[in-house]
Amino acid sequence: MLLEKLSNARGVSGNEGEVREILLGAIKDHVDEYRVDALGNLIAHKRATGARPERRRATRPPFKVMLAAHMDEVGLMIVHHESNGHLCFAKVGGIDDRVLLSKVVLIGKDSIPGVIGVKPIHLLKPEERKQVIDAESLFIDIGAKSKEDAERAVRLGDYATFATEFAPMGAGLVKGKALDDRAGCAALVEILKRAYPFDVYGVFTAQEEVGGRGARVAAYAIEPQCAFALEGTICDDTPKNKDLSPVTRLGAGPAITFADNSLLSDRRLVNLLVETAKENRIPYQFRQLTTGGSDAGRVAITKEGVPAVSVAVPARYIHSPVSVLNKQDFENLVALMTKTLPKLAKGLPPF
Amino acid sequence: MATAKKTAHFPIFDKDAPPSPRAQPAKELAKKLTEAYGPSGHEQAVRELLREEIKGAVDELRVDALGNLIARKKGAGPTPRKKIMLAAHMDEIGVIVTHVDEKGFLRFAPIGGVRPLTLTGQRCRFANGVIGVFGIEKKDASNTEIKMERLFIDVGATSASDTPVGVGDAASFWRDYVDLGDRIVAKALDDRIGCVVLVETLKQLKKSPHDVFFVFTVQEEVGLRGAGTSAFGVQPDLALAVDVTDTGDTPESNTLAVALGKGPAIKVKDSGMLAHPAVKNLLVQAAEDAKIPYQREVIVGITTDAAAMQTTREGVLTGVVSIPTRYMHTPSEMADFADAQNAVKLLTTLLSKPIKLD
Repeated sequence: MLLEKLSNARGVSGNEGEVREILLGAIKDHVDEYRVDALGNLIAHKRATGARPERRRATRPPFKVMLAAHMDEVGLMIVHHESNGHLCFAKVGGIDDRVLLSKVVLIGKDSIPGVIGVKPIHLLKPEERKQVIDAESLFIDIGAKSKEDAERAVRLGDYATFATEFAPMGAGLVKGKALDDRAGCAALVEILKRAYPFDVYGVFTAQEEVGGRGARVAAYAIEPQCAFALEGTICDDTPKNKDLSPVTRLGAGPAITFADNSLLSDRRLVNLLVETAKENRIPYQFRQLTTGGSDAGRVAITKEGVPAVSVAVPARYIHSPVSVLNKQDFENLVALMTKTLPKLAKGLPPF
Repeated sequence: MATAKKTAHFPIFDKDAPPSPRAQPAKELAKKLTEAYGPSGHEQAVRELLREEIKGAVDELRVDALGNLIARKKGAGPTPRKKIMLAAHMDEIGVIVTHVDEKGFLRFAPIGGVRPLTLTGQRCRFANGVIGVFGIEKKDASNTEIKMERLFIDVGATSASDTPVGVGDAASFWRDYVDLGDRIVAKALDDRIGCVVLVETLKQLKKSPHDVFFVFTVQEEVGLRGAGTSAFGVQPDLALAVDVTDTGDTPESNTLAVALGKGPAIKVKDSGMLAHPAVKNLLVQAAEDAKIPYQREVIVGITTDAAAMQTTREGVLTGVVSIPTRYMHTPSEMADFADAQNAVKLLTTLLSKPIKLD
């Protein structure tokens, strides 16, 4: 299963090579051309097929749709070898310090195993048990005897990822690391297997978690007329004692973003997705939150602007060592996109 | 600042002088525009009003991919003419529904810089005309602690199923425009007053040696998004934002040498940009030459479309003409209409003559 391979692959922002190789293998027979750009984005191009829009004029630029899913995941970077052989690290992307304690990580290209060490409960004073330990005071123990020993195994700047194995659980759910956004990557691969009456650029982007950097330069090169970001997004559907937003609910369908910190979604695209979902009885929901951001936000303000929207598979516990999604939501994201895209053959209606 | 002394020579507003023949129609436009619905990303109604207002007076008119309204008025001078871009944003701050609870109360998130303190007891209006009231949870907190997550909107529904608006629907403040004589009060003077200044400049500018682009931008309040993309398209040689700025002239306000009625403010610096000294000087010179009162503005904590235009492509010479406005980002913003009229005078003076940019 592609999602499993992608989830287990290691690819913190700026180091997406392993993920890119898997994706390259998965798409190369389904697209007309592909390239890897200067920042490491994998850009796949699928030319328009079938009945072209009749009224297209030669003077008009061809209608190009960009679909983006980011390859990178949040993780750690080694920044110092301590004299006792412990490794200090920095976070890459948004990680809550509290989820780091006593996790197993894999470091560098040789996947050196390490443990983020924590004092056992026996040694903690009562007040220490209530404290949050910040990432700066944590270390990774790789079993090195000395600084020199640690330096031989791990270099400064090496990346560390959580050592989580993908596995099915419950009724149709899966658990794994980096489902944000390997779920979007796997969905994009499925979407690229279909034919569309306009040019589609499937972009597996680099460095989303540190600021949508890959998407920005990819959109600059492609100049799309509209764009979709396919994401793994926040889900907070555990019961609460107050009637507040769950952000998304697992199993309730792909989540459409209407606004986040980076983007006010183009309402024509939001409406198109909603109409399509209703017509085809595909469950959908809104992402009931306006914080966070995605590649769509960076694409939207590229050059003269690009109408954009973000659609996501809900995933519990994202940006931690393990997240959980419902396979049905994943299937429904693919279904929603493959039903929606052909409707863009006539372009977007004017404002 | 030093300019206060200088401006004292000029009649700031003469109560006995006959009103400018343009004042009344311009005020009517201000009323129409400020009362229109247009939170960021939902600028359609404002754009249509503006399109109607200017369509007969420009050479080209287009709406770009993000919804910016871009009007071009061709210059009369020899080619190549300089391209000058004026930008005023159409959008206003607002709120967006994130959750409808079982009883039909709406939880919301801000669009742009909305302070919870300004909300309780206020009303908002959705695109479909539905009016809501901002209420606050009473339990478990003092009445002075107003946090956004304790607020909700009540549209008079009794359950989630009879709520006339839903998740993802946006609302703006709902307030009438009030004419106090010299001063006007309205929601969304930020930046519909800038839009009025652009429309008036467009209509009063009879002959310019430059190609002037009047750009009504989208999504300023959420990150200057329309200005960056429209400037990329226009590729101006000189860009000016026309936007509101805060004042330091109310009781116990922050130290800020900007006041209502002392003329448009020529921006030197804000949190997002340093105006190009040459552009700032051009504006100061134009004001001095035409004996238009003006103030110099140095402010922290805010910025305008100019910040995005300045860093577009290879960089653009950029400045700002600000309309001093009290109570910014509340449902009742106040400006002095004479400042807006003087901004129009300043811009028409500047644009009527050749400009040397180096």
